[in-house]
Amino acid sequence: MELIELIKKPWPWYVAGPLIGLTVPTLLLIGNKSFGISSSLRHICAACFPANISFFKYNWKKEVWNLFFVAGVLVGGFLATQFFENPNQIVISEKTIAALQELGIRDFAGLMPADLFALENVLSLKGFIFFVFGGFLVGFGTRWAGGCTSGHSIMGLSNLQLPSLIATCCFMIGGFVMVQVFLPFIFKFF
Amino acid sequence: MVTNHTNTVSFPEHLGCDSPNDMVKRESTLGNLKYLVVGVMFGIVFVKAEIISWFRIQEMFRLHSFHMYGVIGSAVVVGMISIFLIKKFNIKTISGETVQFHPKKFMRGQIYGGLLFGMGWGITGACPGPLFAQIGSGYVAVIVTLLSAIAGTWTYGLLKDRLPN
Repeated sequence: MELIELIKKPWPWYVAGPLIGLTVPTLLLIGNKSFGISSSLRHICAACFPANISFFKYNWKKEVWNLFFVAGVLVGGFLATQFFENPNQIVISEKTIAALQELGIRDFAGLMPADLFALENVLSLKGFIFFVFGGFLVGFGTRWAGGCTSGHSIMGLSNLQLPSLIATCCFMIGGFVMVQVFLPFIFKFF
Repeated sequence: MVTNHTNTVSFPEHLGCDSPNDMVKRESTLGNLKYLVVGVMFGIVFVKAEIISWFRIQEMFRLHSFHMYGVIGSAVVVGMISIFLIKKFNIKTISGETVQFHPKKFMRGQIYGGLLFGMGWGITGACPGPLFAQIGSGYVAVIVTLLSAIAGTWTYGLLKDRLPN
């Protein structure tokens, strides 16, 4: 019972980080697989809409492990929320809360603010910016960069790859610029 | 047992894949369930450490908290030590194969694409992994983000030869 209570609390970085790091040797040793998640998006393209584009002409079935993996991530998200959900409100920095309140965020109850991620926002300008435009940047950018936080920042850095360090720095710069420079403008629309 | 493919050809080098399958032995659908199980574990950690939270990403890009830096930093340290040990002791996979590593080549796309992805990360609060975990956690609207990310990947494939790589 106490164990369940412990699991339900948010996990500190020094528990979660090493567990995520262990994914690298786990995938390598159970099946000679290099860790990376954004490739799953490419495999979905190759499987569903290859459209005779050479970038999608490969044997995606051989890479199907990656799709099993991301399906697992989805199921894991479901299980964690159904059975181990934190009963308390998420604790984030007071400074962040103040900054987000200034932007107009009112809901701090879940992991994502309902002000942005409520289903009814899907067909609004908010939805267009936060889901369609943002998602497009994630898919286009990760593929152009040849990987995402997992493929470059975790797998690539773990394997001491300089290009992955460059990519990771650019991920961070892009994020800082978006949050610090563009988001205040974007929120003026709402 | 159903085998759904032949595993003789590795991923075409000129097309590049950041997470290729290097296993020589064929894997069945049942064998692929291993990766589903690893994914489930991973997804649980994502939710429990709040990595999928838009709030946590905002905190990170405002330098208001060490949490995300601690998660990524300690993950890299553990990954580094693991790879060092695998190379040093030539540890084989469970089916006895030598573990394959792929040196990455520098390409300008890592800069341009990296910056674009970073901006998307700052808006959506998600990199590709957390997108799946957010949907699993019940944030149904994120399905739109995922579909758009797939469209973004597809558009990159279409424009690839016209972009500086």
